[in-house]
Amino acid sequence: MSIELQNITKKFTGYTALDNINLNVASGELVALLGPSGCGKTTLLRIIAGLELPDSGKIILENKDTTNLPPRKKNVGFVFQHYALFRRLTVFENVAFGLKVLPMRERPSRSAIQERVEHLLKLVQMDWAIKRYPSQLSGGQRQRVALARALAVNPKVLLLDEPFSALDAKVRQELRRWLRKLHDEIHVTSIFVTHDQEEALELADRIVVINKGRIEQQGTPQEVYDHPVNAFVYNFLGNVNVFHGRIKNGKVSLGTHHVDAPDELKNTEERASQAFVRPHEIGISRIRSAESDLAGTIQEVRIMGGQIGLNLACEGFEHPIDAEIPRELYLNLQLAKGEKVFVSLNRVRVFTGDYEI
Amino acid sequence: MQKPQTPESAPIVKKRISDPLPVQIVLIGVTLLFFTGFIFLPLGLVFAQAFSKGWEYYLESIREPYALEAVKLTLTTVAIVVPLNAFFGVTAAWAITKFNFKGKATLKTLLDLPFAVSPVIAGLIFVLLVGSRTPFGSWLGEQGIKIIFSTPGIVIATLFVTFPFVARELIPLMEAQGRDEEEAALTLGARGWQIFGKITLPNIRWGLLYGMILCSARSIGEFGAVSVVSGHIRGQTNTIPLHVEILYSEYNFAASFAVASILVFLALLTVGVKVTLEKQFQKNSFHHQELP
Amino acid sequence: MTLFQKKRRNILPGFGLSMGYTVFYLSAIVIVPLSMIFFNTIPMGWEPFIHAVTAPRVLASYRLSFSTALFAALFDAIVGLLTAWVLVRYRFPGKQFLDALVDLPFALPTAVAGICFATLYSPVGWLGETLAKWNIEIINSPTGIVVALIFIGFPFVVRTIQPVLEEVEQEIEEAAQCLGATRWQTFRKILLPHLFPALLTGSTLAFARGIGEYGSVIFIAGNLPMKTEIAPLMIMSKLDQFDYAGASAVALVLLLISFSMLLLLNAVQEWQQKEYR
Repeated sequence: MSIELQNITKKFTGYTALDNINLNVASGELVALLGPSGCGKTTLLRIIAGLELPDSGKIILENKDTTNLPPRKKNVGFVFQHYALFRRLTVFENVAFGLKVLPMRERPSRSAIQERVEHLLKLVQMDWAIKRYPSQLSGGQRQRVALARALAVNPKVLLLDEPFSALDAKVRQELRRWLRKLHDEIHVTSIFVTHDQEEALELADRIVVINKGRIEQQGTPQEVYDHPVNAFVYNFLGNVNVFHGRIKNGKVSLGTHHVDAPDELKNTEERASQAFVRPHEIGISRIRSAESDLAGTIQEVRIMGGQIGLNLACEGFEHPIDAEIPRELYLNLQLAKGEKVFVSLNRVRVFTGDYEI
Repeated sequence: MQKPQTPESAPIVKKRISDPLPVQIVLIGVTLLFFTGFIFLPLGLVFAQAFSKGWEYYLESIREPYALEAVKLTLTTVAIVVPLNAFFGVTAAWAITKFNFKGKATLKTLLDLPFAVSPVIAGLIFVLLVGSRTPFGSWLGEQGIKIIFSTPGIVIATLFVTFPFVARELIPLMEAQGRDEEEAALTLGARGWQIFGKITLPNIRWGLLYGMILCSARSIGEFGAVSVVSGHIRGQTNTIPLHVEILYSEYNFAASFAVASILVFLALLTVGVKVTLEKQFQKNSFHHQELP
Repeated sequence: MTLFQKKRRNILPGFGLSMGYTVFYLSAIVIVPLSMIFFNTIPMGWEPFIHAVTAPRVLASYRLSFSTALFAALFDAIVGLLTAWVLVRYRFPGKQFLDALVDLPFALPTAVAGICFATLYSPVGWLGETLAKWNIEIINSPTGIVVALIFIGFPFVVRTIQPVLEEVEQEIEEAAQCLGATRWQTFRKILLPHLFPALLTGSTLAFARGIGEYGSVIFIAGNLPMKTEIAPLMIMSKLDQFDYAGASAVALVLLLISFSMLLLLNAVQEWQQKEYR
């Protein structure tokens, strides 16, 4: 089922949580709302579910205006950040709840409910815990039960609020992959909220980056990562080196170093700019291969697993530059702290404007 | 098969830094001395006095018709007051904890108001409101309704005095539990009364029970307020504490303490139930693994 | 949106109903009856009001209620802190039993407490007999009132300090010790300031309760005019003489004292919370 949000605005006393949000989600899509905490993404999710009301704007689910429908009639499944499992009910009763509260004539028979609950719990691999209480489960297990409970009512849309934030790193990884697989099986239109760019990049069909109540950019993970439209998106999607400088005559200054300005900024008048380079888009070599290479000294080496992080002091740059290189290259070049190297900035993104980091 | 991991159910008990043994012994000793003077001696005294004239007299004192009438009146009062205030407590707690509105802090303060009022004043205000010398009271009198110096007066004064008990137990409890479960039930299609009956009520049942027990204990034992609005008419408007007072002022100490021993027994029962319920609380408390 | 479609402001159901009933019941049981104090005092006029509340006997009763409640609250603060400390920090047989009994003054009807203390300290009572030998008189004296009020206020202090003391992080004390503080220094400089807000709250509650207390006091006080008549008893005796206006006037002053105590306490607590957040 498709979701269409039109001009959603929501103000709380003192600040605007959502400022004129327009968003379309196609049927069967898995969309991530990505943004820093307090950017309004959870409010947006709650508005779609009917748990908050927008000050203005419309929520259209499958061509039907549901803006003022109570949550009960929206038929959305909502998975809460802290799961909100019913603590006095068993896992079975939790999952069966949505079916048991249906009006008499729509309610499935006891055996049908039993069957459906068992099926769902099998789907989320929690069938062994059917008689347990939520307090007897770990965080990841509670999350699975919460998901089964939301799916029990056959929701047209599944909404997940920071679904993995309360889990430890390993369980989070595991559950993330499992959820992607589950979505590929059941294809229910899903939106999840996250502040973790890795989670969004790995899991979503499409990412919507939100900041300060506005949508900054939306697109596939590839698009958003490779072609961020502004400094905020670029910075939010991963580690970066930032160089504050100026654009002048089609050249961008980074310290005493210059690079060509991107085409769209070639003819702009002189102004402040920021140049961004991701650590893994920095080349390291022992010999100068191009005129533009920088001379640098390794100040610090960080072993990060498969990648090696280098902290480089480069001539003409005020702040050190972070680079990440594959372990193999690091070993081949026989690098160590204090060694001199040549540094090439392979991919520089330049933005103008007053964005501050 | 995954095994349930419940790291949160295994609290780490660290040994606290403690005081030197002599300090401990002295401090415990002083505490025990205080308890002896203020708790144990009075308790012992009640039973010593109650049985000072023997078993026979004890039984006779509490079986005497006036004493039985007092018990009956007290039980009637409790039976009316506790359900009314419990219902109110749940309603008020729902309104205060499940919604945001202006003036919430003021409302909470107002709920606690009766705690700050002297019991005598609690009685006084109802004499001023519906006593036979007030316009409203005399009009009621003409209709043949008597409130002050009769059972209804005792009931409303007790309602006032025990007004905050249930709400006060429930509000912090429901605030701590938040609205998540109710909202989850809402997205699953539950209606208002289904949410309340299936989710909220089971979550607050121990707190509700505890509040009701405190409310009953106070209703049984209230003295000052009831003393003002009761006519002290034996066999008619005497509650148990008033009966104790009358016997005491007639220097019938053995009988007075015999009846008082019933109240002491109920007080000890209340304290015992409290301990039991607190254990239930702990057993049933639901720890979120991480909270924001 | 059409004019007729009322916008839902609340997501969970039942706001109107529960709020309406809450306000109705609160008004019927508490607000309207309490307001009768004002409505009975206002027609008196200013001068008679002042006259009523400054009569020597009334003033003496205020003074007595105030001072005995204050002494009792101070005593409770010390004993309550001690008891909470012993119950939280030490392990000894019978601890749970003591812990449970802390609530007894809450649960025990005040009249029963009253006759117990009156009998205990009477010249032929278990304690009174011994004390009489040393010429200490408890019954029919302000000391007796303080004794009764200590009993009544005791659980307020213990029950407000206990949870705070339980939640003090052990690391804080360990840190203090690592920095070379002695046990006593740790207590005085680290724990006591931490416990102070709770201590203040508990003893203020005990104090407010003490000012209005009636049942436990009248049996032991002897109720001698100018000497051991507490303020609530003044209200009672004015009522017995059908002096409704006079009773309201005395009650009004008593109420204002209790309310301002609690408001002050609220303000202090808010200030404390801001200070330490």
